[in-house]
Amino acid sequence: MSDFTTQELMAIFAMQGFAGLSFFSVLLLMALGLAIIYGQMRVINMAHGEFMVIGAYATYLFSTFVSAQMPWMMDYYLILAIPFAFLVAFIVGWVVEFVLIRHLYHRPLDTLLATWGLALIMQQAFRSGFGAREVSVRLPDWLQGSYRPTMMIDIPINGLAIMGLTLVVTLGIAWLLFRSRWGLRVRCATANREMAGAVGINTRGVDRLTFALGCGIAGIAGAAFTTISSTGPTSGSLYIVDTFLVVVFGGAGSLLGTVASAFTIAQGQSVLDFFIGGSMGKVITLLIVVAILMIRPQGLFASKVRR
Amino acid sequence: MSLRSSERYRSSEQDRLFKRLRRTLVSSLIAAPVALSLSFSTTAQANSEWPTAEVNTTGLAVTDDTVKVGILHSLSGTMAISETGSVEAETLAIEQINEMGGVLGRQIEIILEDGASDWPTFADRSRKLLRQDNVAAVFGAWTSASRKAILPVFERENGMLFYPTFYEGLEQSPNVVYTGQEATQQILAGIDWAWNEKGARSFYLIGSDYIWPRTSMKIARIHIEDVLGGEVVGEDYYALGHTSFGSAINRIRLRRPDMIFHAVVGGSNVAWHRQLNAAGINGESQNVLAISVTEDEVLGIGGENVEGFYSAMKYFQSLDNENNQAFVQAFKERWGEDSVIGDVTQAAYLGPWIWKEAVERAGSFDIDKIREHLPGIEITTAPEGYVKVHPNHHLWSYTRIGKWNGDGQAEVVWESPEMIEPNPFPEGYQ
Repeated sequence: MSDFTTQELMAIFAMQGFAGLSFFSVLLLMALGLAIIYGQMRVINMAHGEFMVIGAYATYLFSTFVSAQMPWMMDYYLILAIPFAFLVAFIVGWVVEFVLIRHLYHRPLDTLLATWGLALIMQQAFRSGFGAREVSVRLPDWLQGSYRPTMMIDIPINGLAIMGLTLVVTLGIAWLLFRSRWGLRVRCATANREMAGAVGINTRGVDRLTFALGCGIAGIAGAAFTTISSTGPTSGSLYIVDTFLVVVFGGAGSLLGTVASAFTIAQGQSVLDFFIGGSMGKVITLLIVVAILMIRPQGLFASKVRR
Repeated sequence: MSLRSSERYRSSEQDRLFKRLRRTLVSSLIAAPVALSLSFSTTAQANSEWPTAEVNTTGLAVTDDTVKVGILHSLSGTMAISETGSVEAETLAIEQINEMGGVLGRQIEIILEDGASDWPTFADRSRKLLRQDNVAAVFGAWTSASRKAILPVFERENGMLFYPTFYEGLEQSPNVVYTGQEATQQILAGIDWAWNEKGARSFYLIGSDYIWPRTSMKIARIHIEDVLGGEVVGEDYYALGHTSFGSAINRIRLRRPDMIFHAVVGGSNVAWHRQLNAAGINGESQNVLAISVTEDEVLGIGGENVEGFYSAMKYFQSLDNENNQAFVQAFKERWGEDSVIGDVTQAAYLGPWIWKEAVERAGSFDIDKIREHLPGIEITTAPEGYVKVHPNHHLWSYTRIGKWNGDGQAEVVWESPEMIEPNPFPEGYQ
């Protein structure tokens, strides 16, 4: 490394720091929806990845529609596509809760099985509806390329955009949970469901809204993913493992825990990636997570509520 | 290559294959009486010249005027995206052979089976093709996993499989003809080109994490370090579906390789190229050579993201020779103006022609007899130029380096001076 100037090394470390942050925002965005659903209702949504794929396909449809009908809007369609993806996933989530999940609240293991079955059904539906070929959307020009604060540092704009989106979504959820009426009810129901019901909170209604919201956020994550990668019927299953890892490691159901966990895993993996390479980096990250979970089974931050 | 998915994002893509297959069925129904009346005299002659009892002593599905073959690819599931092109090419070749009068005066009938991207299904369907349908040949399989799943079936039932994909080598079966390149043909020529023409002395190897990229990179590393005396400054593998290549790109910046040599596949391929570009690593600033990027992949990655990068393949759609021009034109007429033709699609197209030649040389459809006549078969009308079957059932072929243009087509910038001998068990490289 002797032929590098200090300046060059600094630039690379700056960019490496950004790579970690960028991975962190992707992980967090994926995990948020799952975390709030699990936190509120103790339902592990195995179809979470598929809700992301719904968001991705919604974005794809939206972009196809825009490029055919309103080509002048192509530069800005993503800004509208994200709320659209949220809405589609939210509605599907609402329906799923009503038809399937609410009948299984007293059987947590069965929700696991039911949502897994749902995931398989959704995958086949995508395959029949959109075909097996993976699709990807055209990125507007302003999302491509990179931002250069100095001659040697390249920060991908796409990564910055996703970080911004993650920040907005996380703050939005924090505000909803800790400042809104709905958040108050969620926290009541989480703390003591019977008592919350006794004082007149419609806990079932809160559940439904929470589930739909979690799915909607997965939809946003899916929309963001179309700008990074392509989407196929089974893409969801590729993301679900990382998502679970973040939620479990963070201490299921704690927003702060999810953020901390996504940050730790992303930075850890990204640094290991840099020094020892992709596959071994991942293996070592997983081993560390397993070791920590053995010592602290409740995760980094356990929510101090009813058991 | 054993698991690759390329992306095409045309809106009506999903139904394309099924519509086409339906069309094929309808048109062959319409064409059948015409073909029959046209071939009536030749059929009668064929039968006296090639009596069914003589050309088929092993109970294959051969009648006085037809012969059945199987096509076995994934028409559904994750791999359908990649295998569609192969089905199209094989169908086209068979239709062309039929127009020319068929094989030994017999029209070829296709039995199309769906492997559904599921390896046990592949084994099951191939059992059905060989035992119930008694097909004379099967054109199919795409991933190494599916090939490994059906290989024992073909060896037990003594069938003949024509396998189109470029793959990791380390296999040779009397019941398979490999019409794609094995690893050394693609990799050694590609790296020699980088060494000689680009002056590359340090290489960064990166690939998706499964057998094909790992085997390929192992061969590449041995060739670079032990044969050429160059340096491998990094070797990375990422899980299929991995989308954050920031760290890998920073490592590459730190190591400053003369050449990035990669075998990244699937959705990762899109993320990888987009992030390379966003990081300012493009055709002008960095040499990048891929063994996993064909015209099919570029459709999904976007031409602007691979512009100036290189691929090492035996075939590119832009290949400038008469055979290829006729092939591209026929392919587009048959399957639509928007079709792109990648390396594997062309290799799939060769299968039926090699089989036809082998049958005619043997004067028989019997598997054991055509096997004897396979080595040495030459196809002078091949789109890639000219191919010859090696006794090890792989093809002699040229390796070419294509430089990608922004429009999704490659310009061939280099061609190996001689045909490269296939060597599925390279000594010293294992």
